[in-house]
Amino acid sequence: MATHQQRPAAHQTRRRLRTGIAIVLLALMLFPIYWMLNISLQPSGGTLPSSFFPPHPSLAGYNTAIQDQGQNLVTSMLIAVGTVVLTLLIATPCAYALAQFRFRWINWALLAILISQMIPGIVIANALYTLYENIGLLNSIPGLIIANAAHAVPFGILIMRSFMLAVPTSIVEAARVDGAGLVRAFLSIVVPISRNSLITVGLFAFLWAWGDFLFALTLTTPGNITPVTLGIYTYLGAHISNWSAVMATAMLASIPAIILLVIAQKYIAAGATGGAVK
Amino acid sequence: MSDAETLTTATEPTAPSSDIAPAARRGRRGEEIAKILFVVPAALTIIALFGYPVVKNLAMSFQNYTLRTFINGKAPWVGLQNYVAVVTDELFTKALVNTALFTIGSIVGQFVIGMLLALFFHKNFPLNGVLRALFLLPWLLPLIVGSAAWRAILEQDSGILNVTLETLGIVDAPIPWLTSPDVALIAIILVNIWLGIPFNLTLLYSGLQDIPEDLYEAGALDGATGWKAFWHITWPNLHAVVSITLMLGVIYTLKVIDIILGLTQGGPANATQTIATQSYQRSFVEFKFGQGAALSNILILISLVFAIVYLRATRRQVDE
Repeated sequence: MATHQQRPAAHQTRRRLRTGIAIVLLALMLFPIYWMLNISLQPSGGTLPSSFFPPHPSLAGYNTAIQDQGQNLVTSMLIAVGTVVLTLLIATPCAYALAQFRFRWINWALLAILISQMIPGIVIANALYTLYENIGLLNSIPGLIIANAAHAVPFGILIMRSFMLAVPTSIVEAARVDGAGLVRAFLSIVVPISRNSLITVGLFAFLWAWGDFLFALTLTTPGNITPVTLGIYTYLGAHISNWSAVMATAMLASIPAIILLVIAQKYIAAGATGGAVK
Repeated sequence: MSDAETLTTATEPTAPSSDIAPAARRGRRGEEIAKILFVVPAALTIIALFGYPVVKNLAMSFQNYTLRTFINGKAPWVGLQNYVAVVTDELFTKALVNTALFTIGSIVGQFVIGMLLALFFHKNFPLNGVLRALFLLPWLLPLIVGSAAWRAILEQDSGILNVTLETLGIVDAPIPWLTSPDVALIAIILVNIWLGIPFNLTLLYSGLQDIPEDLYEAGALDGATGWKAFWHITWPNLHAVVSITLMLGVIYTLKVIDIILGLTQGGPANATQTIATQSYQRSFVEFKFGQGAALSNILILISLVFAIVYLRATRRQVDE
């Protein structure tokens, strides 16, 4: 009798202990982000504060950040939203076609998509710089949206295709029998059913475009279009005279990732594994 | 004949319209075109944003492509000159060695820590899912934000790491993490390990979840528990996931530019220059696009070697 009651109790303790360890590990992992928040709330010049909590929390850093970088945050938002729209417009129909139509060359297409994910961003930047110079897309938001879509489209096709493989052909066929065209069946049946995978792809397209630094750095010239990542880099490049403003900008730039991770955890988790394993 | 075709042919005669035959023929033709149109935008995108850059880079690497090219439109062919120039540059060997150290150090660190965390989270405990999801945060943040946070932590005089180490009496003088050529590479590897842990944790965790529970039950009957279970059950079954995690890790790490620029800009004294940052430097700082292209092609070549090794390794596995 006694052992029967002891064992679940010991089991419980062990489980709680694991939760405790996990919290400690997580705290270590997220320390740099906490530290960023901590410094952003302490007025500081070129010397960093070292107290673990802001003794007199102040939003002065955020004031400076918004004055200096508010416009850049808007620019980044426009680029990120544009990238999501463009990526979904391009990748969704292709994902459906590769999942459901019987093309003979599908394996080649998939191979090409996989290889394209291997190409370093600097190769794309090199070529796009010269191309954009000729067609006037340097220093433009559309130019950056297109470059960022380069990153997201192949990923989007693979993620959505693996989801759409599971869409039963019979429901699409049923709609076709009722007279729906290919496009209408796609829009009114396949897209709603595959909503989750579209959200996953949209989220990642947003986060990548929002966090893009390489294209922002290479496809603009100073003083023109400045996404916030480039703004932070400029802050970091010079001698840093106002740490709290730098950290406040970094915090502002982190907000989308934090919000999306909290409200859309399952979509993020789906994208994290889907692209690589399936 | 496919189900789809059977269905359509079967329903056509029952359709009420009288001139069904030509309409159906036109419909079928239109349908084939429509099917192709689904793929066209993506195909054009991939050709324009991957095909074209690869070909263009290859061409540029054999051309004297500089700022002047943008003015007079001339980029004379120079054969292998760009490759010779970048390979014989005294920085090349250093950048190559740094790339190797950066990649190996990052991958080993990320993989080992990611694996330990994945094994830990594979156990059952309250809040497991939420805590594991929060581990993803560093990976979702803009890389430049991660760099900024670590700049603050690693700052030599007032950064919290040195302050803590000094208070605890572990070091006498502050360590110049990002400003000394001796330690800067180690510092950027540590930051890159931090950034890579979420990716490794997530992939390896999902791999562990896919191993059937009854294998462990059967193993336990034979006395395989703990480490024995890991070596005889977990590791062999995780092989595919481990190899794809490592391969993707290598390919991603080889092309890292953001983090290095944000932390050290390749300095101090070129201690953190890699092939990727050098390629950026040549093209976008010195405006020698031909040489930058040559370096980035060398980078693609290295990635390709790893991809081929990976493909051969996985094929051998399948054959077994």
